[in-house]
Amino acid sequence: MTAISLTVNGAAHELDVPPRMLLSDLLRDELGLTGTKIGCAMGACGACTVLVDDEPVRSCLMFAVQAHRRSVRTVEDLASPDGDLHPLQTALREHHGLQCGYCTPGMLMTITPLLESGQPLEPDAVREAIAGNLCRCTGYETIVDAVVEASRR
Amino acid sequence: MKPSAFEYLAPESCDEALAALAEHGDDAAVLAGGQSLIPMMNLRIAAPPVVIDIMRIGELRTIDRGEDWIEIGAGIRMAQAERESGVPLIERALQHVGHSAIRNAGTVCGSIAHADPAAELPAVLLALDGEVVLRSARGRRTVAADEFFNSYFTTAREPDELVVAVRIPATRRRVAFLEVTPRLGGSTGEFATVAVAAAAGRDDAGHLTSVSLAFAGVAERAIRAREAEAILVGAEPTRDAIADAAERAAGETDPPADVHAGPEYRRRLVRALTRRALEELASP
Repeated sequence: MTAISLTVNGAAHELDVPPRMLLSDLLRDELGLTGTKIGCAMGACGACTVLVDDEPVRSCLMFAVQAHRRSVRTVEDLASPDGDLHPLQTALREHHGLQCGYCTPGMLMTITPLLESGQPLEPDAVREAIAGNLCRCTGYETIVDAVVEASRR
Repeated sequence: MKPSAFEYLAPESCDEALAALAEHGDDAAVLAGGQSLIPMMNLRIAAPPVVIDIMRIGELRTIDRGEDWIEIGAGIRMAQAERESGVPLIERALQHVGHSAIRNAGTVCGSIAHADPAAELPAVLLALDGEVVLRSARGRRTVAADEFFNSYFTTAREPDELVVAVRIPATRRRVAFLEVTPRLGGSTGEFATVAVAAAAGRDDAGHLTSVSLAFAGVAERAIRAREAEAILVGAEPTRDAIADAAERAAGETDPPADVHAGPEYRRRLVRALTRRALEELASP
């Protein structure tokens, strides 16, 4: 076991973890943050994307020990504590930008840093941004519509 | 937990890492960004007993600019190199590597050390006449890119050596990078079916002074099309000269067949991408 300290959604954690534990497993199994989904576990689908030090990374392609002294943000951090959705979540709901919802946390965490930059996003930029996030339900167009609108609010 | 168990070492200095590599050698895998190693461990294609994480080593997280060389340290992630390397061909090629989330974690040197024959950066290093800087407890050496890549995922690195940097000559040449992938027509996301990394210098008369044509996806390692290059050096980059060189490049490659493409289609891609890359280099 290896001792690590990290911040997840603003809360500090001190943990002993086996080195082979993936960050995605730490989040889901140890911290109970099951919003982060595991799809392919080889970096291809994007479902497990979280922010590490404010940048999107694949939590299935990172050992928990690599998150030592770093700051992780997951989908659970987007809505406010009283349940008000993040504007991006609201836009996805209004535009039917999800059906089964499995890809949604990864989509949200990929797009959030772009939205927080405050720039209006064009559809092509959104398509490029989510090229690494697979969705098998929506055909993507409703997701693109939602993100473009959220970026203009 | 998908990977098999391993002993985790996280040295904070290069010397510490080299001592660990000297002790464990072939039993150790070097972990940098992990974007190649961890998928392999998740699939248990790789099951190293020891993993040496080099990302806590401050001295590897540097981009050094000398008069003649730019040196990108093993701790530099692709996203940072995309913003800060100042090497146009690396910046161009990185737009085709993985997705942004992969580039936020993966390193430039990691891709070089991994030596996937369909990866972009080995072809880039080869096109730029770059070198790989290796250190071990025994000393330090530099290996030219052409000598470094051996075959599929194998390089000249000895088990006790660490790739500490790649060195790229600071010469200014025009560059082009073009790629065809199974999805998205050559945009981000996938390994190359075929990619070309090209660089060329011009003299005052408009003749080409040096030409590099390097390819990913056409052999067991990144390769140069030396015969095609030779056609162009000293020549005016006319439409005919470009067509000749593209034809020669296709002729001198012997691409493999896989699920994405057969040899004949890959050769057609070599021809077309070489022509387009040279046209870009020759444009005013």
